[in-house]
Amino acid sequence: MRYLPHTPEDIVEMMKTVGVDSLDDLFKTIPSACRCNCELNLPEALTEWELNDHIDTLCSSMAISPEYKVFMGAGSYQHYIPVSVIHLLGRSEFVTSYTPYQPEMSQGTLQAIFEYQTLTARLLGMEVANASQYDGASALTEALLMAIRVSRRKKVAVSRLVHPNYRRVIKTYLAPTDYEIVELPYLPDGTTDPTPLEGLDDLAAVAVQSPNFFGCIENLKTMGDIARQKKALSVVGFSEPLAYGMIKNPGSQGADIVAGEGQSLGIPRSFGGPALGMFAARMKYVRNMPGRLVGQTVDVDGKRGFVLTLATREQHIRREKATSNICTNHNLCALASAMYMSALGGSGIKELARLNYDKCEYLKAELRRAGFTIPFEQPTFNEFVVDFGDGFEKTHDRLIADKIIAGLPLECYYPELANHYLMCVTETISKEDMDELVGKIK
Amino acid sequence: MKDINDVILRDDIHYAASHEWAKAEGDNVKVGISDYAQDQLGDIVFVEMPEVGETFDKGAEFGTVESVKAVSELYMPVGGKIVAVNGALEDSPELINNTPYADGWMVEVKPDDPAELEDLMTKDAYLESLKG
Repeated sequence: MRYLPHTPEDIVEMMKTVGVDSLDDLFKTIPSACRCNCELNLPEALTEWELNDHIDTLCSSMAISPEYKVFMGAGSYQHYIPVSVIHLLGRSEFVTSYTPYQPEMSQGTLQAIFEYQTLTARLLGMEVANASQYDGASALTEALLMAIRVSRRKKVAVSRLVHPNYRRVIKTYLAPTDYEIVELPYLPDGTTDPTPLEGLDDLAAVAVQSPNFFGCIENLKTMGDIARQKKALSVVGFSEPLAYGMIKNPGSQGADIVAGEGQSLGIPRSFGGPALGMFAARMKYVRNMPGRLVGQTVDVDGKRGFVLTLATREQHIRREKATSNICTNHNLCALASAMYMSALGGSGIKELARLNYDKCEYLKAELRRAGFTIPFEQPTFNEFVVDFGDGFEKTHDRLIADKIIAGLPLECYYPELANHYLMCVTETISKEDMDELVGKIK
Repeated sequence: MKDINDVILRDDIHYAASHEWAKAEGDNVKVGISDYAQDQLGDIVFVEMPEVGETFDKGAEFGTVESVKAVSELYMPVGGKIVAVNGALEDSPELINNTPYADGWMVEVKPDDPAELEDLMTKDAYLESLKG
């Protein structure tokens, strides 16, 4: 299905068909108090060249890879995107396709979503995945709301090592409800401290992120076992799904719901968005899942086909009782990640994950050798925390002038971690880049 | 869909305005949905049930029933404790369409106040309400 804007001729013809003389005439049933009768306060349209200049000016104010060496991830990661993904994604069948409500019209889009769901479920080790949410933060929040629906309880435990921005979104969603959030602190090794769970027996969910915000691998099995003992759901978030090419995926560790950010898988960082909320669960909870779901079926002739399924749970059918108030998805981003996962394949994802891990370990070792402290001992993927000591702020600023972004200062998120920086290394960073960084800060 | 006069309504049970039925069986009350309700919903594909031991007030939501067309909440015709749920519905929700008053029963309740049963509608009153 293609989307083409109306020409003035189209508009005249349509008005003639429905029997109105002007667009104002068409909208006259809308009370005038509800209409904007003024000109919109918008600047004049720019020419293509002016627009390009304007965008270039905006871009030059940012530190973008590859011009800058960016050692910063924190939920948004620089990875190479195979040119095949960029090419396929640019096809109009994908770029301009609309919501696939009508299976008669939308078999291609529906099949693509079905494949995205299948790949997502396999990567996360889960039984069923939806067609995607808007981003990792809202996906994780929806996971908590789903756990509340399933358990009929009102309290959720969330690790302090879940991405701070995700936690803010969780708080925003839950603020007008009577649901309670219990924050779990972290241990000296950089993993979540489950101790505060001991006194709690009315929990809907125990939510951790792995790898967590410090890059540390959480012990998902232990956290899941604790959740189960308390008849709560084990919810696992993530911001770097590439890690599951190397570490055990959440499904294999007993997670009930897994939700996080899929930007890593073939989607540019784009100043923070658009993003991809990946969402998966155990099959027994499928009816409580938010969002839309594509299923495989057969038509009257027994031929394979794809349809939206379980739509009776969606907002467009029953608004007050819907499982979620978001009933669409980020389809183009989902398709980008499906193309990316297919292009790499299982062995490619494993190799790439290993490469990311090895490079990151190299920088970690070099920084340690240069005398800096790596405070958290737990194994990490892609990211780790380093204590650069007093006064590093100036060095950090100086490096920006040299087009090097030496990590994310953590103090604004974790006041106790002054002079601590979150470093990130992906396959896009070379050994020379890392040696240069270490050389300049020693 | 059935004509109102073809809807099967039994004499020996009580009806709620939200289309559940309730039938006294010894000290307990069996609950399901009426023939009218199953007919309106169409093919039922899933029923979400409470757990044995849960208690609900009269009028409280105790589960949901999902058909190919819609999802509807189920409300307690009398308040009380769930003592049994119809496990057969998990694999065969169509039992509700086939025999809503027999194999399609949903839960068995130990009522807090058996007199609540008398507050529900009789067959004739329910039929009148359906005719609107």
